[in-house]
Amino acid sequence: MRRTVPLISAAAVAASILSAAAQEKLTVYTYESFTAEWGPGPQVEKAFEAECGCDLDFVSVADGVALLNRVRLEGTGTRADIVLGLDTNLTAEAKATGLFAPHGIELANVAVPGGWTDDVFVPFDYGYFAVVYDSERVKSPPKSLKELVEGDPALKIAIQDPRTSTPGLGLLLWMKAVYGDGAADAWAKLKGRVLTVTPGWSEAYGLFTAGEAEMVLSYTTSPAYHMIAEGTERYQAAAFEEGHYLQIEVAGITTKGAANPLAARFLAFMTGPGFQDVIPETNWMLPAGKTDKPLNPAFDTLVKPAKTLLFSPDEVAANRKAWVDEWLAAMSR
Amino acid sequence: MAVRSDPTRPALGRPPSPRGGGSARVLPGLIPGLVALAFIALLIGGAFVGLLVEAARNPAGAVSAFDTYLLRIAGFTLWQAALSTVLSVAPAIVVARALSRHPRFPGRAALLRLFSLPLALPAVVAALGMLALYGRAGFLAPLLGWFAGGDWPGIYGLSGILAAHVFFNLPLASRLLLEALDAVPDDRWRLASQLGMGPRAAFNLVEWPAIRVALPGAAGLIFMLCVASFTVVLMLGGGPGATTLEVAIYQALRFDFDPARAVALTLAQLVLTVAVIAMLARIGADPAREPNIAVSRRRFVAASTGETAANAAIILLAALFVAGPLAATVAAGLGADLTRLAGEASVQRAAVTSLALAALSAALAVTLTLALVLARAALEAARRRGADRSWLEFASDTGAGFVLVVPPVVIGAGWFILLRTIADVFVLAPVMVVTVNAVMAMPFVLRAVRPAHDAASARYDRLAEQLGITGWNRFRLVDLPPLRRPLATGLAFAMALSLGDLGVIALYGSDAVQTLPYLLLQRMGSYRTQDAAGLALFLGLLCLGLMLLADRLGRRASR
Amino acid sequence: MKSAGLAVTLDQAAFSYGGAPMLFDVRFEPGVITAIMGPSGSGKSTLLSLVAGFETPTAGRILIGDDDVTSTAPSARPVSMIFQENNLFAHLDAGANVGLGISPSLRLTDADRARIAEALSRTGLAGMETRLPGQLSGGERQRVSLARALVRDRPVLLLDEPFASLGPALRDEMIALLAEVQGERGMTVLFVTHQPEDARRAAARLVYVEDGRVGASGSSADMFGAAGPAAFHRYLGARPAK
Repeated sequence: MRRTVPLISAAAVAASILSAAAQEKLTVYTYESFTAEWGPGPQVEKAFEAECGCDLDFVSVADGVALLNRVRLEGTGTRADIVLGLDTNLTAEAKATGLFAPHGIELANVAVPGGWTDDVFVPFDYGYFAVVYDSERVKSPPKSLKELVEGDPALKIAIQDPRTSTPGLGLLLWMKAVYGDGAADAWAKLKGRVLTVTPGWSEAYGLFTAGEAEMVLSYTTSPAYHMIAEGTERYQAAAFEEGHYLQIEVAGITTKGAANPLAARFLAFMTGPGFQDVIPETNWMLPAGKTDKPLNPAFDTLVKPAKTLLFSPDEVAANRKAWVDEWLAAMSR
Repeated sequence: MAVRSDPTRPALGRPPSPRGGGSARVLPGLIPGLVALAFIALLIGGAFVGLLVEAARNPAGAVSAFDTYLLRIAGFTLWQAALSTVLSVAPAIVVARALSRHPRFPGRAALLRLFSLPLALPAVVAALGMLALYGRAGFLAPLLGWFAGGDWPGIYGLSGILAAHVFFNLPLASRLLLEALDAVPDDRWRLASQLGMGPRAAFNLVEWPAIRVALPGAAGLIFMLCVASFTVVLMLGGGPGATTLEVAIYQALRFDFDPARAVALTLAQLVLTVAVIAMLARIGADPAREPNIAVSRRRFVAASTGETAANAAIILLAALFVAGPLAATVAAGLGADLTRLAGEASVQRAAVTSLALAALSAALAVTLTLALVLARAALEAARRRGADRSWLEFASDTGAGFVLVVPPVVIGAGWFILLRTIADVFVLAPVMVVTVNAVMAMPFVLRAVRPAHDAASARYDRLAEQLGITGWNRFRLVDLPPLRRPLATGLAFAMALSLGDLGVIALYGSDAVQTLPYLLLQRMGSYRTQDAAGLALFLGLLCLGLMLLADRLGRRASR
Repeated sequence: MKSAGLAVTLDQAAFSYGGAPMLFDVRFEPGVITAIMGPSGSGKSTLLSLVAGFETPTAGRILIGDDDVTSTAPSARPVSMIFQENNLFAHLDAGANVGLGISPSLRLTDADRARIAEALSRTGLAGMETRLPGQLSGGERQRVSLARALVRDRPVLLLDEPFASLGPALRDEMIALLAEVQGERGMTVLFVTHQPEDARRAAARLVYVEDGRVGASGSSADMFGAAGPAAFHRYLGARPAK
């Protein structure tokens, strides 16, 4: 270990000298599935580099939570100009770090349910949490969260753990938004239908597609993937009367990036068609800005929530621990 | 044997120092071991220091970690780990014994290779493989439902956790105990057959003593693996009633970003595990080593027809239990578009990266292990009979295994904090992966190598001392050659383990190290379940290939 | 080449291994074979271990010739030793096992190889250099050990029941070989055995060990003779002296 460190620092120095000689550069920290070959990353990079004549460098870590931790750990020494991929449940904590600067851009293009006024973070896509079911096994899907909670315990749902995953936290907030103080009792009822609580989205969705669970907590957009990529309408999202909980994914400029004129330019680009047209069929979320291309018709068949549910970032930050504890108590009863 | 009944005759395996007892002579065999221990201590200690630097900003979390919730999950952690250990090790004794009684039958080598595969699979793949058989929609669900008299509810809950842990660890324990049985001196077997011992007597007098020596180590290793279990516990546990300390540590470090709490929980996990292992060690105190081994390796076992049938049934059951979920994984993988996958540049790159990292980790793990094994032997040799083991001797054996209960995410985050200011963390990611995987694999290699080393050193210590074969010559001419085969086993385990792991790099950014399991989880995380199944198949094949290679190396070297 | 045998002296050498304390005070004549006999557990093997250096006396001295070797490492003592078993490294062939007696790093010159071949042929194993121990019989393995002792060429040779596991005919052969070799080289041989015949045939002198000390010693003829020590004869049992 000790011997490798000087070697590596030397390599890092060499690398930074090389890049300094190159064109202007913008560094964006994001999550891994964004930069995957089939994710939005490659197309976005191409489009923005063509527009700005600069070098866009993506740096990816595991997921949105790791993203915030990474920036928090790097502090003011971070290389990131932009952090892309936090959601509204993380923005309060992100702001509290003091590492983000106001974006200062025009938000005319931004279109998310409920409108957007934040001066630090800019949305780039959004989605609604939804219960996705296997239409071959669930003949009468629940029409409300209440029906889900009180339905036939023989039909199981796989959910995620709010202590370790974003969708898990989403369901927790959804239940809280609908049931309020009665959430604990609702969880105790739902418990009978819960097949298991997985650490992340992948495991739950894997159980669902393997046929272990008839339902899974996912997004309203999940069926679009199966329709477009696999040509099957077997997996559908259930529309709930009480409304659906919203997840908005955002990007922000770091205090370091505030000095880089490319940063604001990227955020502006992000709200326009060059970025937004790519989102639906690569990130499988809904565009949060102006698009040029019409959405694939499959998106028209998706559930359109009657009502949008969302806690403010500050409410989430203030109550998350208490609500998770309440969930733990109810589920362990 | 006859020799041992002679009380005045010192056991050959414990040549005391010529200077008598507590001389201050530095043992030359100790230095590489001390370096290895320092390396491990640096890796773990450095991570703690890193986290504590960060925790200094908000130390309150460390105190608040100790509440009733912690008590409850600590209780569950130990309980499930203890049950898993018993359920893995007890049948493994029977399986290892059956395999040892029949050293040659068609498919035996293949079976042993099969036994190291579960370790190479990411937990989520293995869990889905288990569920493909025993789950609600599993292959066996109709049959199980018929037995249960109703719809089969699957194996969610404690039973699921246990089943998956046994799937991982029964094969591991079987191989480790078999390694110990293989180190039984042939004189013992000869004696057993001369005396016409039946299977029961042979077990009591020949096999059990050998197993007993290896048992605390193997059980301790498996216990630690189960303590640190995360994905399996959550995925099959059925709900937050099944929560381990590992989950709390993960939560503290990721969602709550409370390094103080993470360190406190990790220390709690460490202390609890040490306490349990210490108890285990007390129960199964190390009996004296065997002084006599004949030079030839021949077996004098003639199992009766009845026993052969019973052994065949045992081996078949174990093989089916391990092969079932693997077969389900293969079947799922065959459904993927394998030619497209194999043609993808990213898959090829990931395969090469995985191989390179696994090979490096395994090599480092084996080096660390050898250093520790030699150091432990040197310390034991220097100690007078009856004297207590020093902490150093403990550290170079069981002690080093405790790295297993330090979550990789903790090591990764701690070192990230330490290194972020002096180096490019992206460049460091592969170094971290290799180092952490090597240290995590080391306890496995240790368990595979130690019985053979100790048997050989019991046999050769005095001879080498008499002839003045010391230092490098001793390592080259005396210690290494009889270890080639167990080292190959250890190497294969280490590679399998490193192939399947991806715990350390969440924060570092994985652009630099896209391994196969990483790619697999990535595809799974973006609806590409079929691709993921195909990649699991590739991963299994790669592991099998490495296993064959290690076998060949071991065989060629030991002639 | 003749390595003049050296006397071996245990001067009030005390030792304790958990059990009853032992105290050896005895001188072994140079250049002859001395048999060491005594009941199981009497301390015969411990006595050899003290001479070889595997054990260190808690008090007293060990002398080889005139040199005090009490705290000399085993390999530095002018001593070779052949154990009952495990004299060979199973993974090294016979030639290499003998070669270790010349160079502990096995770096051998052609001259060394010639010596190895000669030693092997002297012990009746001509041309067997490349055999692995597993391919040799028990008697052949002990011959390899003896060949190694020959190339090491130390003034003192210790034998700890080396032929105990061999059949009578084979044992007789080995004893004869040992006697021949000793006759040629003239080294001092300490030979622990349970077989009175071995002692009678090969040993000029005999030391009887009992309860951790030397009970009696003398020439073999005297010891076995009718006037020999009573304790020794009790140990031998009621067999008539031939």
